[in-house]
Amino acid sequence: MGEAVIGGALFMCAALSTLVTVGIVVVLVGETLVFFRDVPVVEFLTGTEWTPLFAEKNFGVLPLLSGSLLVAIGASVISLPIGLLTAVCLSEFASERVRGVLKPALEILAGIPTVVYGYFALTFITPLIQVLVPSTGTFNALSASIVVGIMIVPTVASLSEDAIRAVPLSLRAGALSLGATRMEVSTRVVLPAALSGIIASFILGISRAIGETMAVTIAAGALPQITANPFEAVQTMTAYIVQVSLGDTPTGTVEYRTIFAVGFALFVITLMMNLASQLFLDRYRERYQ
Amino acid sequence: MAIVHDIDTGGSTPALEAKRVSVSYGSKRAVSDVSLVVPRHRVVALIGPSGCGKSTFLRCFNRMNDLIPSATVEGEVLFHGQDLYRPEIDPVEVRRRIGMVFQKPNPFPKSIFDNVAFGPRINGFDGDLPPRVEESLRQAALWDEVSDRLDDSAYELSGGQQQRLCIARALAVRPEIVLMDEPASSLDPIATQKIEELIFELKERYTIVIVTHNMQQAARISDYTAFLYMGELIEYGPTEVIFTRPAEERTEAYVTGRFG
Repeated sequence: MGEAVIGGALFMCAALSTLVTVGIVVVLVGETLVFFRDVPVVEFLTGTEWTPLFAEKNFGVLPLLSGSLLVAIGASVISLPIGLLTAVCLSEFASERVRGVLKPALEILAGIPTVVYGYFALTFITPLIQVLVPSTGTFNALSASIVVGIMIVPTVASLSEDAIRAVPLSLRAGALSLGATRMEVSTRVVLPAALSGIIASFILGISRAIGETMAVTIAAGALPQITANPFEAVQTMTAYIVQVSLGDTPTGTVEYRTIFAVGFALFVITLMMNLASQLFLDRYRERYQ
Repeated sequence: MAIVHDIDTGGSTPALEAKRVSVSYGSKRAVSDVSLVVPRHRVVALIGPSGCGKSTFLRCFNRMNDLIPSATVEGEVLFHGQDLYRPEIDPVEVRRRIGMVFQKPNPFPKSIFDNVAFGPRINGFDGDLPPRVEESLRQAALWDEVSDRLDDSAYELSGGQQQRLCIARALAVRPEIVLMDEPASSLDPIATQKIEELIFELKERYTIVIVTHNMQQAARISDYTAFLYMGELIEYGPTEVIFTRPAEERTEAYVTGRFG
């Protein structure tokens, strides 16, 4: 009897998170469908102007997508190599003492609130960039990229490290016994063997960069435009959603519903990336059983 | 003190010589004061019960104990008259010349060809790779089974084939000595027999030191046998002597299966 109650309670808890997820998706899809009654899907996906809050409304999501991608690409350029090298250093080269310092430092990095990163970008990194490139605006994609990059280093490093550590010691011993140096063991045996896990960590890191909200809202600005120039302000999909959610856009209007459409597009992108990452993770986990 | 019977090195310098070698892990002594000569082109078997230090001792010959931070090696290991533990000796170079095959097959997650080509590639081999790979696979008696699928993953091979692939991989570097750490312990009897036949052929070109817990195997394949017990060398001599007329009581008890 008691067992059944406990079992039931546990099931309810587990069910709750599933139901909430389903609920969110239902609302998101429902509102998005309503939005597409007013705005053609083709216009949304191919339009190059995003001005839903202006008198002359345009609903092309590409400027927001471009903003998100610019920041995500910039962040990846910074975080993927640093994260991977950190992981290699931690698992293959660091002594116990170095590990004892580096690991907690990474965890602290992962624990800093994203809003702090945002102000760090605005008040420290942007002025620094302006010293080097004076024409840089107060809001620019580069400073956002840099902090988002720093932010996802721990994600990439810790997942990559897991993948690298999963490579059996016997493979390292085998390579060493053939006269490989430690560097050759890392680059020729361990990294290729851990590749699928490393790719999974990359995808997850990029996915986090696309979904990151606070820092980009603060640092990257609110100017939806298609540009590859990191010194200019952009607006990411997430930053736009924040803008409308906080502003006085009346509910039930088409401009209000844009956030659901944008949110749904964001959801689809990160979902795909997470699925892809899971696929790679499963591959390396199967391998050494 | 160990009893050492007559070891015939044929008048030349031995392939390897351990002089009063001791190995400790932290404060725990695993190998104690072992001296032993390995003649060229012979198979030397190291036997003894689990935990007797035979694998640890084997790893002194290619400095694999370096990889365990807490391990310290004392004494000398002479290879071409040079102590492998002198500070100016590069362990990477040592391992190029003294190959090793492990207890469990450990092929790389690469193709059969790339596994064998790995050693030559990292060692800057600038000749033609395919003939070197073929020759190594032939020496490891694996060529006929894999010649038409060199691009397949090594993981698609059976356990016994994988172990012969690992032997081919070690041979591709052209070592002078091959160390084998219970190479057949994870294999079935037929695969084991193949490995044993192979070892017999390999001693034409290589000197082999093999650790085994299987006494019949030691008796079948080796020329000399060393019996280790609790980190110490108890008795060393021609295999036939060790198995039929051992001088030490413990050796006799072990080879006749009364303990171990």
